[in-house]
Amino acid sequence: MDSQAIATQPAHGQEEHGHPPYLRHHFATVEQQRETASFGMWLFLLTEIMFFGGMFTAYMIYRNWYYPAFVAGSHQLKIWAGTMNTAVLICSSFTMAMGVHAAEIRKRSALLRWLTLTILLGTVFLGIKAYEWHDEWVHHHVPGLNFSISDFTHVDPHYLADKPLPPDMAEKTQVYFSLYFAMTGMHALHMIIGVSILLILLVKAWGGAYTTGHMTTIENFGLYWHFVDIVWIFLFPLLYLISRHQ
Amino acid sequence: MSTATIVKLPPQETARLPKRSYLNNEYGLMSWLLTGDHKRIAILYLISITFFFFIGGAMAGLIRLELLTPQSDLMAADTYNKVFSMHGIIMVFLFLVPSVPATIGNFVLPIMVGAKDLAFPKINLLSWYLYIFAGCFTLAALVLGGVDTGWTFTTPLSTHYLNTHVITAGIGVFIAGFSSIFTGLNFIVTVHRMRAPGMTWFRLPLFVWSHYAASILMVLGTPVLAITLVLVILERAIGIGVFDPTKGGDPLLFQHLFWFYSHPAVYIMILPGMGVISEVISTFSRKRVFGYTAVAFSSVAIAVFGFFVWAHHMFIMGVSNYSALVFSLLTMLVAVPSAIKIFNWAATLYKGSITFETPMLYAFGFMGLFTIGGLTGVFLGSLGMDIHLTETYFIVAHFHFVMVGGMLMAYLAGIHFWWPKMTGRMYPEALSKLAALVTFIGFNLTFFPQFVLGYLGMPRRYAAYPPEFQVLNVLSTAGATVLGIGYLLPMLYMTWSLKYGKIAGSNPWQATGLEWQIQSPPLTENFVETPIVDHEAYDYEWLAHKTQHEVQTVG
Amino acid sequence: MSEPTQHEVLDTEPTHHATHIVSPKVYGVIFASLLFFTGLTVAASYLELGVFNAIVAIAIACIKAVLVILFFMHVKYSSRLTKLTVAAGFFTFFVLITMSLTDYISRAWGLW
Repeated sequence: MDSQAIATQPAHGQEEHGHPPYLRHHFATVEQQRETASFGMWLFLLTEIMFFGGMFTAYMIYRNWYYPAFVAGSHQLKIWAGTMNTAVLICSSFTMAMGVHAAEIRKRSALLRWLTLTILLGTVFLGIKAYEWHDEWVHHHVPGLNFSISDFTHVDPHYLADKPLPPDMAEKTQVYFSLYFAMTGMHALHMIIGVSILLILLVKAWGGAYTTGHMTTIENFGLYWHFVDIVWIFLFPLLYLISRHQ
Repeated sequence: MSTATIVKLPPQETARLPKRSYLNNEYGLMSWLLTGDHKRIAILYLISITFFFFIGGAMAGLIRLELLTPQSDLMAADTYNKVFSMHGIIMVFLFLVPSVPATIGNFVLPIMVGAKDLAFPKINLLSWYLYIFAGCFTLAALVLGGVDTGWTFTTPLSTHYLNTHVITAGIGVFIAGFSSIFTGLNFIVTVHRMRAPGMTWFRLPLFVWSHYAASILMVLGTPVLAITLVLVILERAIGIGVFDPTKGGDPLLFQHLFWFYSHPAVYIMILPGMGVISEVISTFSRKRVFGYTAVAFSSVAIAVFGFFVWAHHMFIMGVSNYSALVFSLLTMLVAVPSAIKIFNWAATLYKGSITFETPMLYAFGFMGLFTIGGLTGVFLGSLGMDIHLTETYFIVAHFHFVMVGGMLMAYLAGIHFWWPKMTGRMYPEALSKLAALVTFIGFNLTFFPQFVLGYLGMPRRYAAYPPEFQVLNVLSTAGATVLGIGYLLPMLYMTWSLKYGKIAGSNPWQATGLEWQIQSPPLTENFVETPIVDHEAYDYEWLAHKTQHEVQTVG
Repeated sequence: MSEPTQHEVLDTEPTHHATHIVSPKVYGVIFASLLFFTGLTVAASYLELGVFNAIVAIAIACIKAVLVILFFMHVKYSSRLTKLTVAAGFFTFFVLITMSLTDYISRAWGLW
């Protein structure tokens, strides 16, 4: 004796078992599955907004409190590195969007090309970041580990108009660098995860996975990649461009 | 108490469990550990959550034992700090937050909306593994020597002045947070995209609405806790100075970020319980919930307003008076939607055909105790009162009334209500009613004296107290013993019922709702055919009409 | 696509949208705009604008973010639900910032 539902309709229409192999059994249509996956990815990105949001809040408050220290700290960063990294990420967003497009129009070799470019650009970003971090280590700007305020209590040869900071404000540059490393570090972690997933996607795309009509994964990964780019779009002016005119 | 009951079981001589169900669909440990079936995952959660509940409960027992005497004689003050910290961390993050959503919600929500499973079954399983992982880290912290920051990890104590296992515990909570986020994400997408044909938003059971609201909080609030813990761990591990006053950091910033999550967290904990209460009260008064739309919208309102009030946990911590005023005002507002729900449940009872089965007993307990807890919350929300009452036992009593008297009772109500659906068997009614009564008495004896203690000035989180407070503390500990028995009893008789309980049939409570129209225990795919919904929620006329034309379904 | 199933007919969720393929030309234009705005923000940081330095920088960053969200992330062509979801995320972040600020800006306002 089977259980009764209220009123029932056969689960599938006329095209009974003609559904594609990638349609999971708890979904009624491919369209439903696609929209569900996309919505799920957007919700995950919401969690990422709030995750980075905590650090942006901390940044905003401390920049307000210790503005001279933030200016001095910001001047220590290499603006060419930051600008180049911003350009690199914007390019990678473009290549990612083009990759999604290639999957949409089912061009496997184009998809492979764009994915490879995105991976390369992501790696370049990480390389420049690593160089910057190494530079900060060498100059004793890593909080907690080897931080020294001597750069800030003396005149900076690149910013002769800057007055050196009094010792208590110079101490606060450590707050700036704490936030710098926490925020760029968390961002870099997301980039590393992104590049790793991209490598997996590249291998699968090579096997033709995303150019046969089911490109939800590429589409949703693209959303993640663009999000990580947007975080950097905000990090760049907040960290690198604090009053370069001084 | 009347002996009337609405329970209708199939004739026991011929009744059998269904031949095929989600329990015997596949066999073997791996079929459970690698399952995608939301019902099996719910059972996995049920077992793990119960395990952690008893560990947290043991911690509570130790607390109450220490507080029998005014001196710190059972354990050193430092050890006492570790015990209450563990109690809080386990009870909040490993029990209360996942309790209803991960067990009952996981099991019942997809069926309630008419779906075959949640939107992302693999992520559901991942949620459980993250929970277990989090539990392991927390147990590790316990076994390695404990953490003594309190569940609130307040800086600079946690970052600078302790040498206990803050990082281990912090990682455990971080992982538990992601378990919660993925559950919430799954629920939101399921409610939006997986509803059966005809199941419009306003035909959904109120249980679904409260889980939807709680899920919004999980998704938007928990990440802030995550980043806060990351910053605490970084500060502890390498000395970055974000919360360190000696390096220019503000310890209060930690509290802003921590409570930005932890206040919505209390709504994450209570909203699913309120969803259970809506279902139980409707079923056992045979009446649709009064003011469905008001209750549905108040769930969402609680979720939204819940984001605006967090600094009421920080009134004495050094926030500016002006912001304290703003937060106090908003706190008054957030009480309104909760009150609306209580009024609507009371109005549901009015002129209903009320019967007193065990879930209903727990629901009545909830209504009384949550009201008291909620009202004392309003007292605490007013600045003047809070200066006097904060960090005393008044706060402890307040949150135990809402969380234990409220949420835990709702959880037990839900477990008893859906037990026949999950297992196909009924628990023994007399014993369960006894347990409910014992729990209610034990609870009041434990926590009511704590209101008095707090008002008289006994501070919280202290192992020693002035001797004039001893009588009330002894009462409280006596109550805790009774309460412990009340919680142990269901463990015993529920386990017993798995083998010896009466066969329940598909709808022992004669409830509306899609989950009661399928077999108990359900098939793996829930529905044989996709249901089409053409009636409102809690439509008892429709149910009466339907059961006239149908034989009770069993196996 | 064949006859809509009853499921689809009864489905009132605002997630349906035509699967719109954005053309590479649009991507190219947005790409160029993003690079332009990057250059603009770097240049602006060298000007002495007082308090407006920060405002200009954030404003330009917001414009860039909006371009990425609308076009690269396809939100312009997405359902109402997606748009609402994005808005909800930014709204919550906004609440975090502004309500924390109510404390920080008023701390030095003198004693009652």
